[in-house]
Amino acid sequence: MGMTEQMDRPGSPAVREYLTFRLGGEEYGIDILKVQEIRGYEAPTRIAQAPIFIKGVTNLRGTIVPIVDLRLKLGCEHAHYTASTVVVILNLNGRIVGVVVDSVSDVMALPPDSLRPAPDVHGAIDQDAVLGLGALGERMLILLDIDKLMSGLDMALSSETDLVAA
Amino acid sequence: MSEMHQEANGSGDSIDLSQFYQIFFEEAGENLDLMEQMLLNLNLETADDEELNGIFRCAHSVKGGAATFGFADVAELTHQMESLLDRLRRHELQPNAQMVDVLLESADASRGLLARHQAGGTGESPPTADLVRRISVLAAGGVLELTAAPITKPTPAATPLANAKAVSSAKRSLQIRIGPLDKPQQADAILELFRDIAGLGQIVVSNSDREDTRVFAVETTSSDEDLLDLFEFHVSRDQVSIQSTQPVVVAESSGDYGFFDSPGVQAELTSYADDPPPGAPLAPLPGFGFFDGSPGAPELKDVVGPTAGTISPGSKVATTNSGTKSAVPATQAEAATIRVAISKVDQLINLVGELVITQAMLAQNSRALDPAIYQQMLVGLADLDRNTRDLQESVMSIRMIPMSIVFSRFPRMLRDLASKLGKKVEFVTQGEATELDKGLVEKITDPLTHLVRNSCDHGIEMPTDRLAAGKPELGTITLSAAHQGGSIVIEVRDDGRGMSREKILSKARERGLDVSDQMPDSEVWQLIFAPGFSTADVVTDVSGRGVGMDVVKRNITALNGTVEIDSAEGFGMKVSVRLPLTLAIMDGMSVGIGNEVYLLPLSSVIESFQVDENAVNTVGQGSQLVKVREEYMPVIEMEKLFQVPRFNSDKCNGIMVVIEADGSRVALLVDELLGQQQVVVKNLESNYRKVPNVSGATILGDGKVALILDTAALVRRSRH
Repeated sequence: MGMTEQMDRPGSPAVREYLTFRLGGEEYGIDILKVQEIRGYEAPTRIAQAPIFIKGVTNLRGTIVPIVDLRLKLGCEHAHYTASTVVVILNLNGRIVGVVVDSVSDVMALPPDSLRPAPDVHGAIDQDAVLGLGALGERMLILLDIDKLMSGLDMALSSETDLVAA
Repeated sequence: MSEMHQEANGSGDSIDLSQFYQIFFEEAGENLDLMEQMLLNLNLETADDEELNGIFRCAHSVKGGAATFGFADVAELTHQMESLLDRLRRHELQPNAQMVDVLLESADASRGLLARHQAGGTGESPPTADLVRRISVLAAGGVLELTAAPITKPTPAATPLANAKAVSSAKRSLQIRIGPLDKPQQADAILELFRDIAGLGQIVVSNSDREDTRVFAVETTSSDEDLLDLFEFHVSRDQVSIQSTQPVVVAESSGDYGFFDSPGVQAELTSYADDPPPGAPLAPLPGFGFFDGSPGAPELKDVVGPTAGTISPGSKVATTNSGTKSAVPATQAEAATIRVAISKVDQLINLVGELVITQAMLAQNSRALDPAIYQQMLVGLADLDRNTRDLQESVMSIRMIPMSIVFSRFPRMLRDLASKLGKKVEFVTQGEATELDKGLVEKITDPLTHLVRNSCDHGIEMPTDRLAAGKPELGTITLSAAHQGGSIVIEVRDDGRGMSREKILSKARERGLDVSDQMPDSEVWQLIFAPGFSTADVVTDVSGRGVGMDVVKRNITALNGTVEIDSAEGFGMKVSVRLPLTLAIMDGMSVGIGNEVYLLPLSSVIESFQVDENAVNTVGQGSQLVKVREEYMPVIEMEKLFQVPRFNSDKCNGIMVVIEADGSRVALLVDELLGQQQVVVKNLESNYRKVPNVSGATILGDGKVALILDTAALVRRSRH
């Protein structure tokens, strides 16, 4: 997954929009086109023997949607549920998933030339799922390939790995 | 007859017909089913015009469609059926059992041919030559083999032409002229047609009097229409002229070619004169009759329809007649139903399901409101409540189809099975109008077929045995359906020999099952559902109802249904299948474990009781057994299995719920029973994954998700 794939045509950089949100002290960005809606957090129905970061399932207007707490998944120190805790509902190739984040900050347009390749560090996120780093003045944005992140086997979100990364 | 040519012409060559194929297959299937049903109901002695016309129309519709879409084999077979039926409805022949048999067989063969076309023409096509031959023998007023069949004497005027029409399957010698063509070589492709299509016949090139025209001598059993359909791939219809080389009957009757003595006969002869009467000598007379210019000449291009060039007076009559005839069934079908994709209906059901939940939430939230202040709003909410329920009922009814769809397949099956076994069986159906969810209907058909087959095979005795037992010779199998509360009850009853309690018990002991002579009958009958009870010696010794009964039971349980048996030895037995009306809605019992709510399918809940400490025994590895009326069953502690967090311990683990699945029972230890309710079943796997011990989810009145427990998995779990 190279950065060139983020451009519609090589040589004419297309500006992409990212939804940015906070997880602990870090700021992340995901492709806005994957986002279906943003909701407040309501305690979901717990599912026994599911991984700790899967909070359960909730009712989204009649559809049963699993809720993943990205803070737990990415190993943040605190995962409190407050009034500002929000759930970002994602539509990943037709499957609906909610992810819990600390707060949603902004929608930003980033030209591809402001992206830096991600340094080769080993962390909670699979290196493949990081598209790169975006510089926003003093702030640093970690851009995620959310399809890839959510479809990883360790997410245990689907019985078979049918969430093929885009 | 000319109707199909009009269709073929009207649709034109440029339009892609394949988009209509599916509709044709569906309609043809429906027509064949309808025909089969009418044939079975046909009273041979007193068959009335309405019935015979109805059967004829079915065959006619299938033929017309098949010819339009170029399925020559189906068209040929149905054309033969149509010919026979045409003579029947004109009362030129008296219907007999042989005819019904052959027509039923032909309907089956047509289905086979259609299925092959639907699959893209792969696989072997069922042979139809023998059927075609038998139909034509019957249509000619003959009998098959040695069975006597009454033949009414046809009216003299009708004889020649009716015969001529009916036996169009007999081998005919034709002369076919193709031209004028710019490139006469085009016509040579016809030779390849005859080479490639087995059974089409023989073709020989004849001398032509013109450069741009080809003439062939053909011996074939196919009708002119079929030939024209085939040729159309290579040459235009207008350029083809088909001449019979042996109009024997007509020649004899008038001593000349006098086709045109009377106008009435002429009209028919224009279409059918090329068909010889039965037994006519097959002497080919090549080069006979070039009637190109003469009025009323049997050039089939004229029968094609208004688009053709010159229209002879005779063919005009034929066109009008069949046109009005065929219009009747078409309008009837259109007015009654519309075809809608099932996905659209399902989406509608889902949306209404959401609406019901939203409405329930509104109702719950509005309870605290002061009626004095919010009177209008509460009235509005009450209206919403009623309208939502009505809407849900109406929408659910779209998916409902009558049981007659299932029942209608049995008369035929029983007829064949009974005659094969040499038994006499009368089949009675009750409550055909009872409606059931389409998804359930598809899944219940196989288990029901099995039960009905069992009743005929093992329940009903041979006629002599019945007489010896003082019963009427004719056995009766009754299939009934009725609504009872929120479920449908389907019963298969027979007045056969029933089941022997002693033999089942001894058989069960042989197999090492735990049984006692004090068991109530109902429990004894349930033994035949035990897996592996269906052994060959049971089939011969007892009544054989063990065959695959475990499969029947499993299929029905998978639909949240139950099976009960009632039997009296020597007097028959009854199998009752109870099913929920739909798969989308389930009767559930909600149970509380800690602060969580789970749902159990009500159909698998047997009983519940307060836990008595003394009745629970702990056995190895900490697993527990509870004693319920002299029976020990395993206990599943739901709190542990579902890792339910505990905040207070005042109401914990007070209730046991006994559930049954796959013939085994377990007791679930829960905190409390919350009540029974109908719930809409939702799929967990569409956005998430399969969860162990959970079969699905539903949304409660407060908008929360509750998991539905998979009782079969829980029972399996307790066995390990």
